[in-house]
Amino acid sequence: MTTMAADAGAYEAVFDAALAADERIEPRDWMPDEYRATLVRQMAQHAHSEIIGMQPEANWITRAPSLRRKAILMAKVQDEAGHGLYLYSAAETLGTSRDELLDKLHSGRQKYSSIFNYPTLTWADVGAIGWLVDGAAITNQVPLCRCSYGPYARAMVRICKEESFHQRQGYELLLALSRGTEAQHAMAQDAVDRWWWPSLMMFGPPDDASAHSAQSMAWKIKRHSNDELRQRFVDICVPQAESLGLTLPDPELRWSEERGHYDFGPIDWAEFREVLRGNGPCNAQRITQRRRAHEEGAWVRDAAAAYAAKHGKAQA
Amino acid sequence: MTAALALGDDALVLSHRLGEWAGQAPVLEEEVALANIALDLLGQARVLLSLAGDEDELAYLREERAFRNVQLVEQPNGDFAQTIARQLYFSTYQELLYERLARGSGPFAPLAAKAVKEVAYHRDHAEHWTLRLGDGTAESHERMRRGLDALWRFTGELFEPVEGCEVEWSTLHDAWLTRITSVLERATLTVPEGPRRGGWAAGAGRQGIHSEPFGRMLAEMQHLHRSYPGATW
Repeated sequence: MTTMAADAGAYEAVFDAALAADERIEPRDWMPDEYRATLVRQMAQHAHSEIIGMQPEANWITRAPSLRRKAILMAKVQDEAGHGLYLYSAAETLGTSRDELLDKLHSGRQKYSSIFNYPTLTWADVGAIGWLVDGAAITNQVPLCRCSYGPYARAMVRICKEESFHQRQGYELLLALSRGTEAQHAMAQDAVDRWWWPSLMMFGPPDDASAHSAQSMAWKIKRHSNDELRQRFVDICVPQAESLGLTLPDPELRWSEERGHYDFGPIDWAEFREVLRGNGPCNAQRITQRRRAHEEGAWVRDAAAAYAAKHGKAQA
Repeated sequence: MTAALALGDDALVLSHRLGEWAGQAPVLEEEVALANIALDLLGQARVLLSLAGDEDELAYLREERAFRNVQLVEQPNGDFAQTIARQLYFSTYQELLYERLARGSGPFAPLAAKAVKEVAYHRDHAEHWTLRLGDGTAESHERMRRGLDALWRFTGELFEPVEGCEVEWSTLHDAWLTRITSVLERATLTVPEGPRRGGWAAGAGRQGIHSEPFGRMLAEMQHLHRSYPGATW
């Protein structure tokens, strides 16, 4: 064994010991290349999802039906941009840059959550996104607050606090509709019918088909399997749907005494794969809008850079 | 109360225009900043409209001719430079107006005292971007010049006295022009020439005479609320 290899072995032992002791890995610590690459991929995808996820909701800002709801929605979309910023910063601690990651998003080399490829067709969709989509995100993300990579875990603590708030607001929006006029109730039910299954898909493929899960769990990036989290989410949502006075669009949904969980029907994985492949209802629209905003903003970023070069950043 | 409607509509309409930027801004930090300014303005609008009546009835159930905002705030976003020009003109005006209202003892003093802190941030944001765009690249300079020129004719209306606002409008105007001139000079730009009036009589927006894009903006803003009469949200 050469000296370098021996050193690498020693570094790896330190890394493994830190994981075993549930300590946090920090940016200057040695880490395996694959661990770094996995984190960059996951954090970038997470950041991209926040940014693309602004679109389906921003679609309703100009049509929000009351000033109170409009303020809540604007604040939420603003929070999402902020979450994107935290996550890009956290990813940058791993030696990448926001520009590089955005470039990968725009060229389709990195993905964002499949859920944002569904359209927001009515006002109630804003509520369904808050309740179901943010609810699923929180179920996924709360365990990430204990993720082994420190900057990611700390970003998630901040993000989860705000997401929980959004989720309650979404629930409250649907409750107002459900208890409103017949037409409002129908609007809420229709939105839940359309968003339920895509929300369950947010947890990713089933455990027996999830390529990265085992390694991510060994690295303590992930703490629970996709199917465990999906089940937890279903168990939380069923009673909430009941108190909302809305139904979930699954005839096979029922309580299992034996398992102590809700059983639920099969997910249409063919649809999930199509959306991931770029063939969902809004994939082309979402990425086109993101690219357009970036390209049309190029002259603004150039101006800021030119001004900073002339005057020094401190004055800019 | 005429003044509550006038100032409330200014804030409401500009907030709406800024909300149209969501997801379209040139850089993520501006997504945050523009939404932040839009939210501040919406907050001001809600307080002001509530002084005049029910905020949602006033926002969603009035026709175009009953809105009292100045025409400047209803102008379409255009490119980022045009949006910044509109922000520079309006937030400079609003900061000066609120400073004066905050010092007075009128019904708007408490609101103005709170809002002036927000507006100072809006003005600072607009000034910084005016400097960057004006003194950035040749293209940004040209775009900023065009934005400032295009909106110049809507700035005269800002200084038409609003009934119920006890301020000295002529000194407000002079202070505004001094500040705008100073910022534009630092940004290597020149103060636009030409009339400071829209195509209609002075104070047109305040009298419910608006520009064409405004009706379409209201159609979008009000359509859902109007589609469900009597519903609560």
